[in-house]
Amino acid sequence: MRLLEVENLRTSFFTPAGEVKAVDGVSFSLDHGKVLGIVGESGSGKSVTAYSILQILTQPGRIVGGSVRFRGKELVGAPESEIRAIRGNKISIIFQDPMTSLTPVYTIENQLVEAISLHTDRNKRQSRDRALEMLQLVGINDPEKRLKQYAHELSGGMRQRVMIAMALACEPDILIADEPTTALDVTIQAQILELMDRLQKQLGMAIIMITHDLGVIANLCDEVIVMYAGRAAERGIAREIFYNPKHEYTKGLLRSIPNIENDEKEQLVPISGTPVDLLNLPGGCAFAPRCDHAMKICLREHPREISVAQYHLSSCWRNVEEGIRTGMLETDETGEPIRIREAIPAEGGRTL
Amino acid sequence: MTETAQANNKILLDVRDLKQHFPIATGFFKTSMLKAVDGVSFSIRAGETLGLVGESGCGKTTVGRSLLYLYTPTSGEVVFDGARIAPGPTLDMLRRRAQIVFQDPYSALNPRMTVSDIVAEPLDVHKLTSDKNERTERVQALLNLVGLSSEQATRYAHEFSGGQRQRIGIARALASKPEFIVCDEPVSALDVSIQAQVLNTLEDLQARLGLSYLFIAHDLSVVKHISNRIAVMYLGRIVELAPSIELHRHAQHPYTLSLLSAVPIPDPDRSRKARRIILSGDVPSPMNVPSGCSFRTRCSMANDICAGEAPSLREISPGHYASCHLL
Repeated sequence: MRLLEVENLRTSFFTPAGEVKAVDGVSFSLDHGKVLGIVGESGSGKSVTAYSILQILTQPGRIVGGSVRFRGKELVGAPESEIRAIRGNKISIIFQDPMTSLTPVYTIENQLVEAISLHTDRNKRQSRDRALEMLQLVGINDPEKRLKQYAHELSGGMRQRVMIAMALACEPDILIADEPTTALDVTIQAQILELMDRLQKQLGMAIIMITHDLGVIANLCDEVIVMYAGRAAERGIAREIFYNPKHEYTKGLLRSIPNIENDEKEQLVPISGTPVDLLNLPGGCAFAPRCDHAMKICLREHPREISVAQYHLSSCWRNVEEGIRTGMLETDETGEPIRIREAIPAEGGRTL
Repeated sequence: MTETAQANNKILLDVRDLKQHFPIATGFFKTSMLKAVDGVSFSIRAGETLGLVGESGCGKTTVGRSLLYLYTPTSGEVVFDGARIAPGPTLDMLRRRAQIVFQDPYSALNPRMTVSDIVAEPLDVHKLTSDKNERTERVQALLNLVGLSSEQATRYAHEFSGGQRQRIGIARALASKPEFIVCDEPVSALDVSIQAQVLNTLEDLQARLGLSYLFIAHDLSVVKHISNRIAVMYLGRIVELAPSIELHRHAQHPYTLSLLSAVPIPDPDRSRKARRIILSGDVPSPMNVPSGCSFRTRCSMANDICAGEAPSLREISPGHYASCHLL
């Protein structure tokens, strides 16, 4: 049984201007001890995917379809009491801005102890001991003193450490990190990423890392989902996505970021056009209006996700076209494309 | 522009020992000085881009604003094209010939003004156009220059995406035909796919109009991409200044080294092999700067000398300056 299975998840926001399909059919699964990265630009649906898993969507957002199974147990449509037993306990989350996630009017001790005693049967003193232990684990010096302080007395990096301590206090199976380092300086970001890497190896939990920074993904993640306009453009193991990208959007992203390691002056190739307007999605592939290689079919029909290599799935008509051209495309009985033939099917594989 | 061609260009901007201190109320009757910028010197040649990097609170934005006299500097000199800037005619000259592009394209544009009024504001302020037709033509030319269409001139800022707004900000900065532009984190609020568009536009404009930039950012990969030379700031001072490639190949200051190693590389194999220097602790408060070398509290190599005297910026190889006692 997989630790987490998300199947065809669809979440919409019903705004006065119309339905915004923030997540429109996302599927993936996650195994114990794996780090999955979800990367995308603002509005791609990466955070909403995470919030849907934990069912912490704000009005007017609602899961409209699909399934989320944690250890085989269906969470979509489950009663709130069951979700509560999992949220913050088996699956916890840290957010981008630790200042707004911590309350300014209670001490760190108050907040940590509350989280711990709520989810475990420890009494107050045991919870406090656990809080101290957690602060030490996340590398906070002088934890006794920090317990008595308020959030505003801590630096940004330290606040994020406190959030991680709180999230990990109940030994969750999955930690969702929603842009955990975006608000931090680069040297503090390096500290937090190293901490997360160390804790992941030490405690063995799985991490879902949500970020817009491909550098952070490359640093930490085993598997990657590249999201665009609420869908997975491409997903697979990290090396495949970085070294063998098959979706034009992923290729464009990789071309448009300057790489600090390159000695020569490189030419950036930007992705043309503007980010999608979710209220005004084009028919067919959402990326087609910005794609230099768009074909007629791209504007008409959504591409099907096919397997393009081992542990690597992509939703791009170009892959289908290439498969037909090289005679390597395999189809099912109805003629729908499934995979490029030399690729080994992903079923039964360890990934996604 | 190649390095050699540039070395022959005249020095357009010279900043000498610039200091900007802000009084901060720390008690009921007490104020203390926040030394945001504490003795910064550099020069920029015509057609050159100088990158200014550092973490939040290091004073990089304040440098950009002080040298444009948006704040009156506490002390120090700003010399622009040979003229020492002081309130009066030289400052009026600077206002026209030096401009700024701000970080946040949402708050930098007035929501009540049309794009054409925003872009034409410098023209109106400096009375650079003689009649309405000329003003309209100039606005259209400016919008086309930054990759927007003339039809968009009558719209309001909220109708545009972040990248397009930043283009409007650039068009406004170009209106008075400046020779020098301070770009204060111009792409950090933008999505990755849009960042490259704006960076390319800036580079293209520089080549066409011969502009000089002071490019302020916290993202080293972006700064390295666009700059000819880079200055690294820490707590109000420049700790290292060198040509872009030189700084990346042969950085000397321990802070620069750790900053470079902290940048996540978008390449899984290289990223995992890379050796990172993880700095301990946080940046000290600029209200309470450590004695001697201000970096010594986070430096793994610090010893007794570092606590005593503040190191000065020395030339350690041609064109490469660093301030560290241990070099």
